[in-house]
Amino acid sequence: MYVNLEHISKRFDGFQAVREVSFGIRRGRLAALLGPSGSGKTTILRMIAGLEDPDSGDIRIDGLRVNDIEPSRRGIGFVFQNYALFRYMTVFDNIAFGLTIKKEKPGRIRERVGELLQLIGMSGLEKRYPAQLSGGQKQRVAFARALAPNPRLLLLDEPFAAIDAKVRRELRAWLREMIRSLGLTSIFVTHDQDEAIEVADEIIVTNQGRVEQMGSSLELYQSPATPFVVEFIGASTPVPEISALKGFDGTPPGAGGAVRPEFVSVYAPDEQVQYAHTEEAIVRSIAFRGDSLELGLTLKGLPLTAAYSLARAPLAVGDAVRLLIRHLYLFDGGQVRLLQNSAYGNGPSENFYSI
Amino acid sequence: MHNKNNLWLPRLLIALSFAFVLLMLAAPLSVVLAEAFSSGWELYLKAVTDHYALRAAQLTVIATLSSVLLNVAFGLTAAWAVTRFSFRGKGLLTTLIDIPFAVSPVIAGLVFILLFGRLSPLHSFLDAYNLRIVFAVPGIVLVTIFVTLPFVAREIIPVLEARGTDEEQAAALMGAGFFRIFRRITFPHIRWALLYSLILCAARAMGEFGAVSVVSGHLRGKTNTLPLHVEILYSEYQFTAAFAVSSVLAAAAIAILVARNIVELAARKEKKSNVR
Repeated sequence: MYVNLEHISKRFDGFQAVREVSFGIRRGRLAALLGPSGSGKTTILRMIAGLEDPDSGDIRIDGLRVNDIEPSRRGIGFVFQNYALFRYMTVFDNIAFGLTIKKEKPGRIRERVGELLQLIGMSGLEKRYPAQLSGGQKQRVAFARALAPNPRLLLLDEPFAAIDAKVRRELRAWLREMIRSLGLTSIFVTHDQDEAIEVADEIIVTNQGRVEQMGSSLELYQSPATPFVVEFIGASTPVPEISALKGFDGTPPGAGGAVRPEFVSVYAPDEQVQYAHTEEAIVRSIAFRGDSLELGLTLKGLPLTAAYSLARAPLAVGDAVRLLIRHLYLFDGGQVRLLQNSAYGNGPSENFYSI
Repeated sequence: MHNKNNLWLPRLLIALSFAFVLLMLAAPLSVVLAEAFSSGWELYLKAVTDHYALRAAQLTVIATLSSVLLNVAFGLTAAWAVTRFSFRGKGLLTTLIDIPFAVSPVIAGLVFILLFGRLSPLHSFLDAYNLRIVFAVPGIVLVTIFVTLPFVAREIIPVLEARGTDEEQAAALMGAGFFRIFRRITFPHIRWALLYSLILCAARAMGEFGAVSVVSGHLRGKTNTLPLHVEILYSEYQFTAAFAVSSVLAAAAIAILVARNIVELAARKEKKSNVR
């Protein structure tokens, strides 16, 4: 592992921000720290940079323990949430700042800044001041400034938060491609799951100062490790009492869980149903979701969401339909188990993503 | 807010303001000038270049310069500490900084008399080393500093607070030292506020009467500042000379106001030109 955190904890007066966090990131990977606000993700990032000191635990970069190494000697490039561009310096001086401190020769500095300006597509704008730039341009300058001294690790704190939604998509793609092509190990913080899924190779989900799970977006979606990950990644509806549902009657009473929309099969009123374990539900709402319809349903008072193909028999709000819940997640003391409807027998479930 | 038929209120308020300024400021100032020159140029020049007047002017300059210099040092230090670190007693410190604004200057002067005067336990110690503070130049400088202490800190703290620490952190992360960060990042941001507060501080230091009067001892040619010199001349019925010296102080005050306006204008212009 290129970047390694081992049992990191951090407490701010009266508030445990980070608890026993451990994870590793391989060289050249782009990882996202994803979690709701207050989940400790920014604190973790700032500790890697050295802007905060952990109370306990080790941080290693390229095998070397960096806890006691000064932030400026860790070889880190940092992009701040609001970019923190030096507003009394030109774009050129902003990007050159780190190199000036390293006492590079003026000729070498000019060369490197020119290179970076070209990389971010802003050649010719080097005499501008930050206030004369758009949000997207500011972000690119912040990126170039962080890259200038050739860091071995790039850290970005909510890099897209200060940009309006329209430009954000474009910039995400730009930043991802840029980081990939440089092969630079990077970690960025976000609270937006779409952003994490779109940009990162790996996602580290944080909640209440802990790492809930780490993996690719597909792994997190297909095999969530904790109830939090089920709720945070992708869509799901909570089910307070699983044993009340047909086909799951064998579950111990009192156990709760969640259902994803694609776990539910919906049959129109006059459709032939091959399974006996269907139940009647009422269509409460129908929303168009591009490639399919999203149905809001109630099943014995329980609100559920299901995907419904456009090619199937049309439904209307108020229709009584038949439902088959093929799978659901059972929450078992902080763990998650995927259960299969007993209509399929009791074998292990496979291929549950086909609707 | 006002319709066209209802212009009397703004007009009245504007007229009242002008009348007030004329009555309270312009009229006295013109009296000062008229009296100063009432006996002709020669007497005016004589009063202004009188040995004691020059010594008083010299002392005023010394007191003003030292309070301005100390204010820069103290004001910047305090503002930096209050806005960049979290520590116990921060609220207390910000409140204490304001005390000279709240306390009457006369009381400030008395405090220094009690602290360094004959009744003070410090006095015998100071006497042993032949250090004179009260009724001497150091006392005058000290009270002037005391009275003007809050100027710079008061002006800089809100500016630094509003700005946040991101840029400084970014620079530190790239390995910049304290002085580079201050020079290239913090100072450009506060320079206008700093200059502005120094100008106000100088104006206040120059004109200070109450506190200085208490600790001065009124030794002519030794511990008299310009405002004190004016008072002495006046109480000796040397009206022309008193007004002549007053006119010098008034001219300095006006020069300072002009300087302040120029600074304000320059600061606003810079803000407009996109360097925010």
